[in-house]
Parts: sequence; C-alpha cells; structure tokens
Amino acid sequence: MTPAHLLSVLIFLPAAGAAALLLLRGDDHVWIRRLALAVAIGELGLSLLLLYWFDSGSTGYQLEELFPWISSPPIHYHLGIDGISLFLVLLTTLLTPISILASWNSINQSVKGFFVSLLVLETGVIGVFLSLDLFLFFLFWEVMLVPMYFLIGIWGHERRIYAAVKFVLYTMFGSILMLVGILWLFNSTGSFDLPRIQALLQAGRVTLSTNTELLLFGAFFLAFAIKVPLFPFHTWLPDAHTEAPTAGSIMLAGVLLKMGTYGMLRFCLPLFPKAAHTLAPEVAVLAIIGILYGALVAMVQTDLKRLVAYSSVSHLGFVVLGIFAMSATSVQGALYQMLNHGISTGALFLLVGMLYDRRHTHEISEFGGLATPMPVMAAFFLFVSLSSMGLPILNGFVGEFLILIGTYEHHAMWSSFAAIGVIFSALYLLWAYQRTFFGDVTNEKNRALPDASARERGLLWVLAAFILFMGVASPLFTGRTEITVRQVLDQMQRPDKTQPVDAQLHKQAKTEEGDASALYVQAPNSPISVPAKGAH
Amino acid sequence: MFPSTQDLMRIAPEIVLCAMGMIVMVVEPFAGKGGRRVLDVLAALGAAGALAAVWLPAHHIGVAFSSLLKVDEFSVFFHVLTGAVALFVILASPSYLDREGLPHGEFFALVLFATAGMGVMASAQELITAFIGLEISSISSYILASYRRDVARSNEAAMKYFLLGSFATAFFLYGIALIYGATGTTILPRIDAGTTQTMLLALGLALVFVGLAFKVAAVPFQLWTPDVYEGAPTPVTALLSSGPKAAGFALLLRIFVTVDHANDLWFWAIWVAAALTMTVGNLTALVQTNVKRMLAYSSVAHAGYILVAFAARSTIGTAAVLFYLASYALMKVGAFTALSWLGGAGEHHLELNDYAGLARKRPISAACFSFFLLSLLGMPVTAGFLGKFYILNAALHSHLVWLSIILAVNSIIGAFYYLRVVVVMYMREPTREFPAERIPFGVAAVLTLAAAGTLYLGVLPNYVINFAIQAAALLR
Repeated sequence: MTPAHLLSVLIFLPAAGAAALLLLRGDDHVWIRRLALAVAIGELGLSLLLLYWFDSGSTGYQLEELFPWISSPPIHYHLGIDGISLFLVLLTTLLTPISILASWNSINQSVKGFFVSLLVLETGVIGVFLSLDLFLFFLFWEVMLVPMYFLIGIWGHERRIYAAVKFVLYTMFGSILMLVGILWLFNSTGSFDLPRIQALLQAGRVTLSTNTELLLFGAFFLAFAIKVPLFPFHTWLPDAHTEAPTAGSIMLAGVLLKMGTYGMLRFCLPLFPKAAHTLAPEVAVLAIIGILYGALVAMVQTDLKRLVAYSSVSHLGFVVLGIFAMSATSVQGALYQMLNHGISTGALFLLVGMLYDRRHTHEISEFGGLATPMPVMAAFFLFVSLSSMGLPILNGFVGEFLILIGTYEHHAMWSSFAAIGVIFSALYLLWAYQRTFFGDVTNEKNRALPDASARERGLLWVLAAFILFMGVASPLFTGRTEITVRQVLDQMQRPDKTQPVDAQLHKQAKTEEGDASALYVQAPNSPISVPAKGAH
Repeated sequence: MFPSTQDLMRIAPEIVLCAMGMIVMVVEPFAGKGGRRVLDVLAALGAAGALAAVWLPAHHIGVAFSSLLKVDEFSVFFHVLTGAVALFVILASPSYLDREGLPHGEFFALVLFATAGMGVMASAQELITAFIGLEISSISSYILASYRRDVARSNEAAMKYFLLGSFATAFFLYGIALIYGATGTTILPRIDAGTTQTMLLALGLALVFVGLAFKVAAVPFQLWTPDVYEGAPTPVTALLSSGPKAAGFALLLRIFVTVDHANDLWFWAIWVAAALTMTVGNLTALVQTNVKRMLAYSSVAHAGYILVAFAARSTIGTAAVLFYLASYALMKVGAFTALSWLGGAGEHHLELNDYAGLARKRPISAACFSFFLLSLLGMPVTAGFLGKFYILNAALHSHLVWLSIILAVNSIIGAFYYLRVVVVMYMREPTREFPAERIPFGVAAVLTLAAAGTLYLGVLPNYVINFAIQAAALLR
C-alpha cells in the first residue's frame, strides 16, 4: 500500500506551519523559532518516507495524485514524483531546517514574518518539483517569488531593495513569457497535463512545426536560463546573493537555482527535442562561457559572499552543459551536480554567514589569519571548499566527472573547455581561503573571534557528512535516478515522419483509451471561436 | 400603455435602485445629525436589495419593452457586478464622508442612480436606451466627482470630466444618428440586416466606438482619467474605476458581438487601442509618485488588457472579459478603499513616501493593500492572475501572438510600479506619524470581502468562469 496523499502533505505542511506561526504572538521569538524548526524537521522526516515508497525500478511518475480543478480550460491538480524530483525535494527539506537554524540568532526584527516567508518558500519550491500540470507548475513557480522577495528585501543587507526588485523583475520577465508558451502549448495540444502532452507529442498525434517548437523552446528556456542563471542572464544573481540574509542565500543557491535546471530537464528536452538538438551547441557555448567567466570573475572578487555567488554561475554552467550534452552519463552527472551544488554552496554560504555574524562584513581584506582564532571553522571551510572544487572522494568530484566524461562521448571540445573551469575553481577557492584563514591575524578585531558554537558545529557536521557520503556512496543516488534519466532521453524520440506511422498511432490510441480519455475532457472552448483574420 | 409584469420584473434591480435613491433623498432632510446612520443603512439596503432583485431577471430571461432591453445571462452578470460594486462603495464611504464633513444623503442617492444607469447600459440592446443609461450614470458620476466641492482639485476633476464626457456622449449620439440613417433601426440585432449604406454605418460605428472608448478610458481617449480619479473623493474613484468601466465594456461587447459589421470594422481599431492602452497606461504609471494617481494610470493599463480579450473575437474571449472585469472590480475597489482609509483626513497622505513603514504600524491594512496590488500585478492565487491567464489564453487561441507578447511585457512594467508600493510599505522606515485610529467597520468589511473575493476567484474560479462562458456563448 502506498500513501495516497503524501505529496500533497509534503507541499502544504510548511504552508500550514506558516499559518500556525501567524497565530503566535509577534514578540514570542523563542516559540516562533521552535515551531518553525519543528515544522521543518517534521517535513524532513516525512520526505524521508519518499525514499521508502519510491520504487527505483519503475518508469514514469510515482505516488501520483490527480484531481480535476478548473473545468475550463481543463486544469488538474496533478502531482507525481520521479527520479529527477525525488532528490531535489529531499534537498529542499534538508536545507530548510538548516536555514532556520542558521538564522536562529541573527534574525531579530520581524521574526515571525521571516520564518513564515521561509516556510511559504518551502511550499512553493516543493510544489514546483512535484507539479505535473503546467498551470500548477507555473503557479508554484510564481508564488515562490513573493516570500523570496520579502526575505531579500526586508532582512537583507544595505542594497537589499535594489537586489530584491531586480531579482523579481528578472524572474518575472522570463516566467511571463513562459506563461505565453504554456498557453500556446495548450492551444496546440488541448491539455495542460505534462504526461498527457508528452504522450501526444511522442506518439506524433500532435506535431509542432519546427518554428513553433523553436519559439516554444525559447519561451520555456529563457525562463529557466534566467533562473539558473545561465550567462548572460546571470546579472541578478550576485546582487541577490550578496544582499540576501544567510538563510535566503542558502535557499536561493541550494534549491531555487535548481528549479531552472530542473525545468530544462523536465520540459525543454522532452517536450521540444528537435529545438533542443538544434540549439544545443549554442546553449553549450553559453554554459562554457558561464563556467569560465563565472570562475574568472569569482577570482577577482573582494567580497567573500560575491565570490561564492559567482562560483554558482560557474557550477551551474556545468549542470547546463551536462543536460545539453544529452548523454545518459552527462545528464546523470548534471542531476548529481545539482544536489552537490545545493549542499556545498549551501554550506559555503552558511560559513560566510557565520563570519558575517561575527564581523558584519564580507570583505576578504577585513579577514586574514582566521585559522588561529577559529580552527574548527577553518577546517570546515577547507573541507567544503575542497568539495566545491571537486576533490575526489568528495561529492563535487562525482558530479563534475560524470558530466565531463558524459559530454566527452559526443562533444570532446565542450568537455575540454569545461575542464579548464575545474582548475579555475580550485584557484579562486584556495586563493580566497588562503587570504581569509592563513597567515597572521592582520586585523585586531579578528584576534578574539569565537569559534563555531555548538549549534553551528552541528549544522556543519551534518553538511560535511553529506559531502563525504555523497562522494563515496554515489550509487545509492544514481541508482535511483538512472531509469528516469534514460526515460527523459527516450522521451526525446519522435516518430520518423518519412515512415508510415499508422501502426504506431493505432497502438498508442489503444493504450491511452483506458486511462486518459475518460479524465481529459476536450477543452469546451476549442470548437466555438472565430480565429482572428490577419492577426498573426 | 402600462408595461407588463414580465417587463417590470426584468428591470427589478433598476426599480429598487431608483426607488431607494429617491427614498434616501426624501429621508435626508428629516434625518438630523444623528440620523446619518439611517441613511447609511437605507443606501446599503438599496444596493443589497438590487443585488437580491437580480434574482427576478435571472429567472425571467428575455427581451423587454418591445426589444429595447434584453435580459440574458450577460446582463445578469453585469447587474451582479455593478450591484456589488455599489454595495462595497456604500459600505466603505460613511466613515470617509464623516471624516471629510460631507453630506451623506445625496452621495448615496447619486451612487444608487449611477448604478441604475449602469444596469440599463448592461441590458440595453437598443442604442437610444443605451444612451439614456449612459447619461444617467455619467451625470451622477460628474456630480460625485466634484463632491468635495471646496477642494479645487475635485472641482477641476469634475469640470474636466464633464466637458470631455459631454463631448464623448455627443460623439456617441451622433454615431447613433448616422447608424439610424444607414440602417433605419437602432435595435442592435437588426442593424446588419437593415444596412443600406455601408460607409455611413462605418462612420456611425466609428463614432459610437469613440464615445465608448472614452467611457472605458482607452488610449487615446484616456486623458481625463488620471485627473478625475485623483481629484474625485477616493470612494468615488473606487466606483468610477470599476462600475462605469464595466458597464461601458458591457455595452461595447454587446455591440461588438451582436453587430457583425462592428466586429469586422472594429478589429484593428481594438487591436491598436489595446496595444497602446496597455503600454501608455503602464509607462505613465511608472513615473508617478502619487499612489492614487498611479492607480488611476494602472486602470488605463488594465483597460488595455481587457481590450486584448476583445480582439480575440471568440466566446472564450468574451468570457475572459467578463471574468477580468469581475476580478478587476474586486481588486480596484479593494485598493481604492484601502487608500481612502490610509489617505487620512483631507486625503493628504497619498504620496509614495507617506506609506513608508506602513507594514509595521498598520500590518493588516498593509497586508490587504499589498494583496490587492499583487493581484493587480497578476500573482498566482489571486483573481488578477487568472484574469490575465484567461485573456492570454483567449488571445493565443485566436493566434494573437504579438498582442500576447505586448501584454506579457506590459505585466513586467506593471510589476515594477506595484512592487514599488510594496517595497515602501514593507522595506522602508516610517517617515511620518501614524495616528492611532481604529479601522472603521465599513472599511474593514469591504477590505475583507474584496480580499476574500479576490482569493476565491483566484483559487476556485469554476463557478464564475463557467457562468461567463455560458453568458458569452448565449450573447452571440
């Protein structure tokens, strides 16, 4: 027996927790924090059940929930999980309690609003990963902007308002065009349901013209590329990261950026394979520019948080490259690298946040020789940096290695250029580490800094354990994602137009009759409308 | 000739509104200072009664008064809409009128009369009748706009509104005359059959379009909007921005859908007007520092979005117009009501900076106001998002790709200035003292109802959109 509404519970538990927080008195900071943490940990516990119920051997979506919601146009409340979303959900539920603990003492104004925003954000992000209806997906995608906007804008640093508005406008620009794309797709296929659209396209019952496919791919891809962010759409990211409070940065880097790469994997490749193949070289070039450019810019940063932010641009370039190399290995690597980046960069932002709590600055020049007053922190920082630059037996290595060899199979050049990025990442991270932690204590303010507290140590131990675990036990993860990845690549196949497709169509129609046709009523609006004359 | 009972039942809401309006005027001289509450209650009863009376026409669908009026699902929809707007405005205004020292009686009577006029516009299928409805609602609106008669700005607004409005109605009337000359009839369904002179008809329809474009504030006939909306008392602005606009769109739709000639002739005019109205409205709203004026320009932009659905020329397009007008009315009435309360005595606190730190001082008002702004912006889970969704869907269904993209880009421009208000309220330090006042009951009730309605339409739109689709299908 599988639990019927586990996914819904996962989505709405944090929202319910946020509602409960609203009932608490605003100045009761202790209980607000405790309740928020309890909800987040409860959520984490529930999400671990997914591992138990998830069947890594089966294709397609699991634990599905499907209810009619809006009758016209036909929109369903449709949730499901597969190998791609499974670990992204787990990553979200892991990073949320960590974010809450990271802000335990550093957030002191409007505490209630802060934790409400964090929990609503969690609802939005998990909703994005679990939605199988394009409308529902878009809804969570947009809703998630509001709490993030407040997190940056209210609890951020000096230039927070500028950063918050920039973040929202950039993202909305992409997503509103995606909405146009979604509606266009609906008007071509008559459905908002992802598996249904997939089946129609794959069977060749609906074909998109080459131009339409390119435009639709563009509409979706732009939204995701801004979110990732892919060079040259990355300019919102350093500002948002630098100005956000620590928890905001952890969530932003840890999970929000993954929504972009998730979208590419979930929508761009399987729905528009022709366009994806056509544009793959261009995308790969942008990804490689992102890898190198991000690394080079990170190298010259004087602000530690900005450095980590630019390193995200570089790392996410690897992920996009892996996805668009379209081999099973590289896509697996991309998926793994999404998780790694969430953990490692999350941990880096956590550490930078801890330094900020002590010194209220991110300037590298203000630090120096910190290893003397705070050896534990220095050790963790080094460990996380090594993971981020891809040291073997730590997690980052597995992801980058899979991406690079997977890409090499078909595109040796791409792989060679991207590999330079690995060297660069070692360069900027080690250099920053050296300037921050090694040498003599040059600034008197740093001499008596307290080392990591018990709470901080606990958080760092958890993340460090994951870094090591994911480095040595990667088959536990890749084994669960493998079938889904192969399936995504299979979904990119389209019936060959030169061959008669009747037999295949017939077969497809038969298999669909049972499950789908009863559920999906034809859009009532399709027959009764006068297309505009000459309005193309 | 006395009208039949059937006919009277079909105009029951208008009868209730006019009767209650007159009762309020008669009672006012006898109600002293303390009797104001009686007037408030009577007026609210009038609007609520009109809403309840919609039940009668809804169950007696058909033409009335020898084809002058047509009561169908479409007109029922607009009667509910304008009735609800009137009720909200009446609930929200007593505290405002008390604060500004304005008389209650005439105000309520005029709101009720204006609503009756809008009702006539929504069900008229004959042009002279439509004109009478338009005049009833316009003349009441002119007076309402100048209601703060010792404030220069309010007078200026009313004068502008009156002069330009008179021009527009003159255009409308001249258009009717030309249409009659070309076809020998003013009854909409008979126009196509009676056409003898196409050129004359085209000219007449063009003039009618201009008259109504003024009413709904489409570019280039929007110039009066910001001044009037800013100068009018804020509860009146709430009314003006939703009720008459909805009624104007109702009439425009009925002509557009019923008369095939109009459908062909107006298409490009509407396409261009939609693109211009969205863009001009949003770009000018972008540079405003006065919140009330900014919302006025945003009203212009929203008229542009609605015109996009017109240009789709389909049943789902018409349904999208209806749904959008309903959600638009809710969020605009909500936003202006919040503003009428937050603006403070004499409406002196309407600049953007006056709202700095509001979230800390008045968390609930700020949350409500932000919610309406987010809905105007088109955030999911609000009515504004689904409204925009239906419009985009209709536009793409009719292959209006460019218009859809213009709409999309415009929403981003819109996002910038709506978010700016939210930024100021939530992310800045307070710059002024906020007097410790309790939020008046009427205002609180309207804010709650409008927010609940906005949420309801945003999450569970089935009932309304299905009704709108049905109304749109039967209108054709």
